[in-house]
Amino acid sequence: MEISLIQNIVYIFSSILFITGIKMLGKEDTAVKGNFLSAIAMLVAVLVTFINISNPLILLAGIGLGAFIGSLIALKVKMTSIPEMVALFNGFGGLATFLIAWSEFNSTPDNLFQYILVMTTVYVGGITFTGSLVAYAKLSEKIQIAKTSIITKLFTTIFYISLAFLLYSAIVTPLLVINFEFFTVLLVLTLLGGIGFVLPIGGGDMPVVISLLNSLSGIAAAFAGLILLNNVLIVAGSLVGASGLILTIIMAKAMNRSIGNILFVGYASASSSKSSEEQGEVNPINVSDAYLILENASSVLIVPGYGMAVAQAQHVVRELGELLEENGTEVKYGIHPVAGRMPGHMNVLLAEANVSYDVLAEPDDVNPSMDSVDVAVVIGANDVVNPSATEEPGSPIYGMPIIEVHNAKTVFVLKRSMSSGFAGVQNPLFFKQNTRMLFGDAKDSIGGVVSEFKD
Amino acid sequence: METYILLGFVLILSIYLGLELISKVPSTLHTPLMSGANAISGIALVGALLLTADSQLQTALAFLAVTFASINVFGGYLVTNRMLKMFKKK
Repeated sequence: MEISLIQNIVYIFSSILFITGIKMLGKEDTAVKGNFLSAIAMLVAVLVTFINISNPLILLAGIGLGAFIGSLIALKVKMTSIPEMVALFNGFGGLATFLIAWSEFNSTPDNLFQYILVMTTVYVGGITFTGSLVAYAKLSEKIQIAKTSIITKLFTTIFYISLAFLLYSAIVTPLLVINFEFFTVLLVLTLLGGIGFVLPIGGGDMPVVISLLNSLSGIAAAFAGLILLNNVLIVAGSLVGASGLILTIIMAKAMNRSIGNILFVGYASASSSKSSEEQGEVNPINVSDAYLILENASSVLIVPGYGMAVAQAQHVVRELGELLEENGTEVKYGIHPVAGRMPGHMNVLLAEANVSYDVLAEPDDVNPSMDSVDVAVVIGANDVVNPSATEEPGSPIYGMPIIEVHNAKTVFVLKRSMSSGFAGVQNPLFFKQNTRMLFGDAKDSIGGVVSEFKD
Repeated sequence: METYILLGFVLILSIYLGLELISKVPSTLHTPLMSGANAISGIALVGALLLTADSQLQTALAFLAVTFASINVFGGYLVTNRMLKMFKKK
């Protein structure tokens, strides 16, 4: 459909709002306004599109239905399920571009370039869709499939085949007329390939995948904008593509691994690190002793990880933090960028529990002064506090920036059992002289300390 | 083809602009930024509204695309707003 001059002018205005909005979204003081501004930009763009539309009633019904479902999910969802919700919404965005490109294929593109564009958009949108669905299922623990299982390998193979088929179709397009059968094969391979793209990637690598899928959904929208010759789709889509890419790079850097290694290789098997055999004994501690030590501490650093999310311990952690502060203790939170299952996961959980964001510190802020910290409390974090990353050149995680809690005077590690973290690497922190292990459910353990404080 | 070159230019510049704008985002905002950007990718809604509907298949595709993009838009903005409201400084 032709886009009128008025529409194009309004689209430019809307693009400016999107740009300003996303800029403000990147700063703490202006983030709420930024989000609001970008919502206005969306509203303006959608309204002006309605000027000339072929089936207004059907499409309005679609918007109404989508608005209802989307709002319902967004307002009902528990804050702890945010990672999977973001993945799900992201998948729907990808699906929309996939359907747009599919529909445009039927409008018989009139030149070679358009054919290739349509097929690429179908591919990126489709991979985003099914990839995000798998991410959703993994994050909400609806599926648990080992990386080595035959199903994972099958789907991974299909992913590579789908990629090869996309390249092949781009090459043969000039030579033969692309018919519907050929296109159907691409549709199916793409959807199955998206599953294979995310299926082998697990647990601790999820923050990278989510950011990358986020980026892809934007790129898909920008490509759809190229097909439809629509500038606002291109600008908005590109902004999302860029922001997702930045997050992906930040996450990969925080793990000291390349994006390619995370997506296609994964961690080397843990058996390669031999030095983990003779670690010695661990020193367990009970709740009352932990309380006594904390009561006498003048500075405490709390380091949360995915275990805190699993145990839903954020509220009781905040309570402990407040009691410590009342007791005259300086309390800080050390947040590693990849702790949890999505970028900023720990920040969201602690914000939900009403922890002020100015006490949330990054590794670079807390590491230099670590030796003045009396007690570092590690709650369900493992790989992000593993000293092997700095001390053991043979370790698979060597070189990864960590929160160096082992330099604190005393370290409490709250853990269910002695199992290793996502990377499958044994953690020498547990065996250090200054480490005390507080075994059990994090929520119960901290709850115990909190009630000792209150007595 | 000239249009594509022009639009390709817009694409490259926008990506570059995005990279510049968001390069120094504090880690507190990683999730809201991702979720907010996710809502923006619902701009596919505009594309879905512009689809031609010459056949029944195309009408169905357009309807589905509009519906799913709307879920993305409404869900994305609301969840981001809910999340940002929680971030407080004492």
